[in-house]
Amino acid sequence: MSEEVPAQASRFNVLNHVNVPLHEVLTDSEAKEVLKRYGITKEQLPKVRSNDPVVQVLQKQAGSDGLAGKIVQITRRSPTAGTAVAYRLIVEAI
Amino acid sequence: MTMRTMLTNQPKKIGHMKFGLLSPKEVRGLSATKVITADTYDEDGFPIEMGLMDPRLGVIEPGLRCKTCGQKVGDCPGHFGHIDLAMPVIHVGFVRVVRDILRGTCRGCGKLLFTERLREDFEKQLKTYEAEEKDVSILAKRVSKDASNVTVCPHCGREHGTIDVDKPTTFRENGHKLTPSEVREWLEKVPNEDLKLLGLNAEVCRPEWMVLTVLPVPPVTMRPSITLESGERSEDDLTHKLVDVIRINQRLQENRDAGAPQLIVEDLWELLQYHITTYFDNQTAGIPPARHRSGRPLKTISQRLKGKEGRFRSNLSGKRVNFSARTVISPDPNLSINDVGVPIECAQELTVPIRVTPANFQFCADLILRGPEPKFPEGKYVPGVNYVIRPDNRRVKVTDKNADEVAKRLEVGSIVERQLDDGDVVLFNRQPTLHRMSMMAHTVRVMPGKTFRFNLPNCPPYNADFDGDEMNLHVIQGEEARAEAEILMKVQENIRSPRFGGPIIGAIHDHISGNFLMTWKNPKLPLEDATQVLSRVGFKGQMPAILEEKDEHGETRKFVMGRDLFSTLLPPGINLSYKANACPSGMKEKEARLPENDFWVVIEDSKLIQGGIDKTSIASEKGKLLDHIARRYGNQAAREFLDKVTKVGNGFLTLRGFSTSIDDEDLPPEARHEIEERIRATKERVDVLLKQYKKGELQALPGRGVEETLEMEIMRETGQARDAAGETASRSLGMDNSAVLMARCGARGSMLNLSQMAGLVGQQAVRGKRIHRGYQKRTLPHFKWGDLGSDAKGFVAASYKTGLNPTEYFFHSMGGREGLVDTAVRTSRSGYMQRRLINALEDLKVAQDGTVRNTAGTVIQFVYGEDGVDPTRSVGGEPVDFDTIFASVASGKAKAKKGGN
Ligand SMILES: [Mg+2]
Ligand SMILES: [Zn+2]
Ligand SMILES: [Zn+2]
Repeated sequence: MSEEVPAQASRFNVLNHVNVPLHEVLTDSEAKEVLKRYGITKEQLPKVRSNDPVVQVLQKQAGSDGLAGKIVQITRRSPTAGTAVAYRLIVEAI
Repeated sequence: MTMRTMLTNQPKKIGHMKFGLLSPKEVRGLSATKVITADTYDEDGFPIEMGLMDPRLGVIEPGLRCKTCGQKVGDCPGHFGHIDLAMPVIHVGFVRVVRDILRGTCRGCGKLLFTERLREDFEKQLKTYEAEEKDVSILAKRVSKDASNVTVCPHCGREHGTIDVDKPTTFRENGHKLTPSEVREWLEKVPNEDLKLLGLNAEVCRPEWMVLTVLPVPPVTMRPSITLESGERSEDDLTHKLVDVIRINQRLQENRDAGAPQLIVEDLWELLQYHITTYFDNQTAGIPPARHRSGRPLKTISQRLKGKEGRFRSNLSGKRVNFSARTVISPDPNLSINDVGVPIECAQELTVPIRVTPANFQFCADLILRGPEPKFPEGKYVPGVNYVIRPDNRRVKVTDKNADEVAKRLEVGSIVERQLDDGDVVLFNRQPTLHRMSMMAHTVRVMPGKTFRFNLPNCPPYNADFDGDEMNLHVIQGEEARAEAEILMKVQENIRSPRFGGPIIGAIHDHISGNFLMTWKNPKLPLEDATQVLSRVGFKGQMPAILEEKDEHGETRKFVMGRDLFSTLLPPGINLSYKANACPSGMKEKEARLPENDFWVVIEDSKLIQGGIDKTSIASEKGKLLDHIARRYGNQAAREFLDKVTKVGNGFLTLRGFSTSIDDEDLPPEARHEIEERIRATKERVDVLLKQYKKGELQALPGRGVEETLEMEIMRETGQARDAAGETASRSLGMDNSAVLMARCGARGSMLNLSQMAGLVGQQAVRGKRIHRGYQKRTLPHFKWGDLGSDAKGFVAASYKTGLNPTEYFFHSMGGREGLVDTAVRTSRSGYMQRRLINALEDLKVAQDGTVRNTAGTVIQFVYGEDGVDPTRSVGGEPVDFDTIFASVASGKAKAKKGGN
C-alpha cells in the first residue's frame, strides 16, 4: 500500500484541488465563539475523522499530529448562497 | 396481591433497559403453571387444567376472571406457563453465538483458548473499549476468531477440534455429532470471566441457557382461540405448534423412561428439536416449514415480528386511525381546487368535536336535537350528532330516540361530536405518499354519490387518475391542528412545488385546449356565448369590450374577442412576454410573433395582446403565467385564477365543441405515398449496408467493431425514417386537426404519438439494440438464419392506424414488455430507497436559529440547504428571478416614456 500511495512531499495537496472547499482550523477562542453562537457542545457538531485526507494536510501544516478536538471551518462556494460556511469537529479515527 | 398492585394502569417512566436471556430458573419462576397436556378444551368446552388453555394462563373470554390475578379480560395481561423438556434442545436464535463459543473454548476445561499473556492483552483492550464506549462486539468477534485458531488448549493440553454447524441446529466436533446435552455440558464449563471477552454478560446471559431445558408457554392472551360461526373452535398457530411440542416431548419421555432403543430416542429428540425450532422461526433455512392442515405454513413467533406485516412495521410504527374514510375518487370540474366532495354517507360517519361553551350552548343543543340521521330541509344536507362526551368522559351515543333527552341534559364542558359539514377542514391523501403534496388539506363539500370528488388540477400532485384509484380522508380533530393544516397544507399553499420551484397544480387537458382555442388567433365569441362562459365563474366586474358587426343578412351582431374574455380573468398589472408551447422548436421570436403564427404570448398591463394561452402559460410544471401570479399576487390569487381559468376553458370548449377520432390520423395520399417511399428507401439503404458488411467493405467507426458500426448505422437509418415520417405527418396535418392541436398546445399527446399513429411506428429495441434474441441465429422462425435485414430485426414499417403484421406485432410486444419491466423494477427499487431516506431524515427539523438539527440537537446543516432558500419560493431552483425583474423594469421605463410624451 505504501508503495502505491505517494508519500510526503510528492503527494498532492488536496486543499489545492478545485473541488475541495477552503478548510481552516479554528483557534480555541474562535471555536468557543462558534459553539456559543449555536448554543451547542462540541459533540453536537458534524464530525470529520483525523485520517481524512484534508485533516492530514491540515495537521502537517499545523506541524502537529493531534488536531483531534479542534474545529475546522469549511467555506464552500455555492451557486445560490455565494458562500456557505460549515463547521466540523475533528475526531480520532477508529 | 402484589401482582395486582404491580399491574395497575399507572404510566411508568423507563429508567433503563437491559437485554438478557431467561434462565431455566427464571422461566419456572415466571410460570403460572406447568403444562403437560397437549389438549386445549374438554368435550364440554372447558379448558383443561395444565393444558395449553389453562385458566391460570390468563382470560380471553369476557365475563370470566383470571385464576392467577383475578382480573377481567383487558385488565389481565396474561401469564406464562412452562413445559419441562425431556431432553435439552438448541435455541435456533443462538446457534451462531453457541458456535463461536464452542470454537473459542476448550471442551475439557471450558476456558478460552488463550495463553495468560494473550488473555491479559485482550482484557486490556476490552477496558479501553469500555472506557471509550466503543462497540464491544467488534472486539468479541476478534476474540472468538483468534481463539478458534488455537489447536491445543494452553490450560489443560486437550486437543481442540474443528466445530461445524449442520444447517439449522446440529453441531459437529471433527465431524462427530454433538448432542444438545453435550453442547450444554460444554457451555456450562465456560467460566464467567471468559464470557466477558466473548461479549456476554454472565449475569444475565449464561451460554448454557441457549440450550433449552424448559420452554416458556406464552399466555393465552397472546394466542387467543377464535370461535367460528359454526361453533367450532379454531386455535392460534402458536397453540398448534405448542401442541406438537408437548406431544413429542411426552413421547420422548415415555420412550426414554421405558428404555427404548437409542435410535428411537434420538429420532424423537430430533423431532422435538424440529418442532421447537419451527416454533421460534418457521422460515429457518435448511428445514421444511411446519404447515397447517390446509397446507398453509404456520405463522410462528419470528413471523409475527418480522418484516412489513410484522408487529413492528405494521402495528407499532404504523397504526389504523379513527375519523378517516377511504373510497374511490372521481373528477368534478365544478369544485374549487381547495374543495373535496364527500359522500353524505361518509359525512354522517365522520365527526368533528365541538366543545360546549356558554356561547355555543344553544347551537350545540339544537345540533343534538337533529339526532344522528337528520332530515334535510329542502333536500339540503345538514350535519347531525353521533356522540356526546360528557364532562366525566362518558361517551353517550345519540340516537333518534334519546336525542331530546341528551340535548336537555347537555352541560357546558361536554364535547359534541358533530357530523361533517361544508367548510370543515380535512386531510386528503393518496398513496404512495412520495412528496408533501400527496397529502393536502381540503375544505369539505358534502354531496350525494359514493365517491370522493376533486377538481382536475389536483391530479398531478396526487398522481391520481380515475381508473379506480382510491384515496383516504382524515378529519382534523383539534383547533391547533386545523390552523396548522390551513396554513401549511391547504391545496392553494401547495400550488408551487419545492421539487422544481414551479407550479405543480395547474390546468390540464381540456383546460389547456379550451384556453388555447379561445385565445389563439383571437376568435370572436357571440355575446351570448361570452356571457355564458363568464357566468360559469360567477364573473363580476368590468365586462370585456363588446364589439359589433353586421352579418351577411345585414343584422347587427354583438361579439367579444376571445383574448378580451381571457384578460378579464387576470389580476391587474401583469406584464409578460414568452414563447408559447405550440411554437415549433426552430421558430425564432420574430416569426413566432407574426399574426399567421401567433405563437408568442404578450401580456401588457393584464391585457393579452397576442399569442395563444397554452401549456407554457397555465399548465402544471410549465405554466409561466400561473407561476407569475402565484409568486407576485400570492396563493389566494393563484387559486382564484386557476379556478376561473379552468372553468372558462371548459366553458369555451363546451360551447365550441371539441372532439378527436380515428380520422384525425388520416393522411392525404401524397403524404402516405411519401412515407411509403421513405420506408422503401430505408430498407434499401439497410440492404446496401448489409451488402457492404458481408463483403467486408464496411468501414468500422473509430473505437468500434464492424458489427457495432453496422448496428449503429442501421439504427440511425431507421431512426431517421421515423423522424422523416413524423415530419411528413405533421406537415400534412394542420392545427385544424384536433389531435395535432392537443399535442401542440400541450393538452395531451405528442407529435411522436401522432406520427406513430399516422406515419410509422419505427424500430423496436430491447436493451438499446434492435431485437436480437429469440431462436438460433434468428429472431423468429419466419426469417432465414442469419437474416440481419430490417424486417427480421424489429423494424415496424406500419403505423398504428394501418395495423401491424404478426412479426411486427411480436417485436412491438417485446419492446413494450421491456418498458413495463423497467417501470416495475424502478418503482420497487425507488420505494426501498425512499424508505431508507425517510427513516434517516424523519426527525430532522429546522430549529429556531435556522440550523437543521436532529432530536439529539446535533447540527446537520448550519443553514437549511446551506443557502437558506425555500425551494418552494425559488424560481426553478434559482433564488432570484432576474429575467422578470429586468422585464418589469424595462416595461416600466417604456411606460414612463409613453407617459412623458
Ligand atoms: Mg389509476
Ligand atoms: Zn391474569
Ligand atoms: Zn482445556
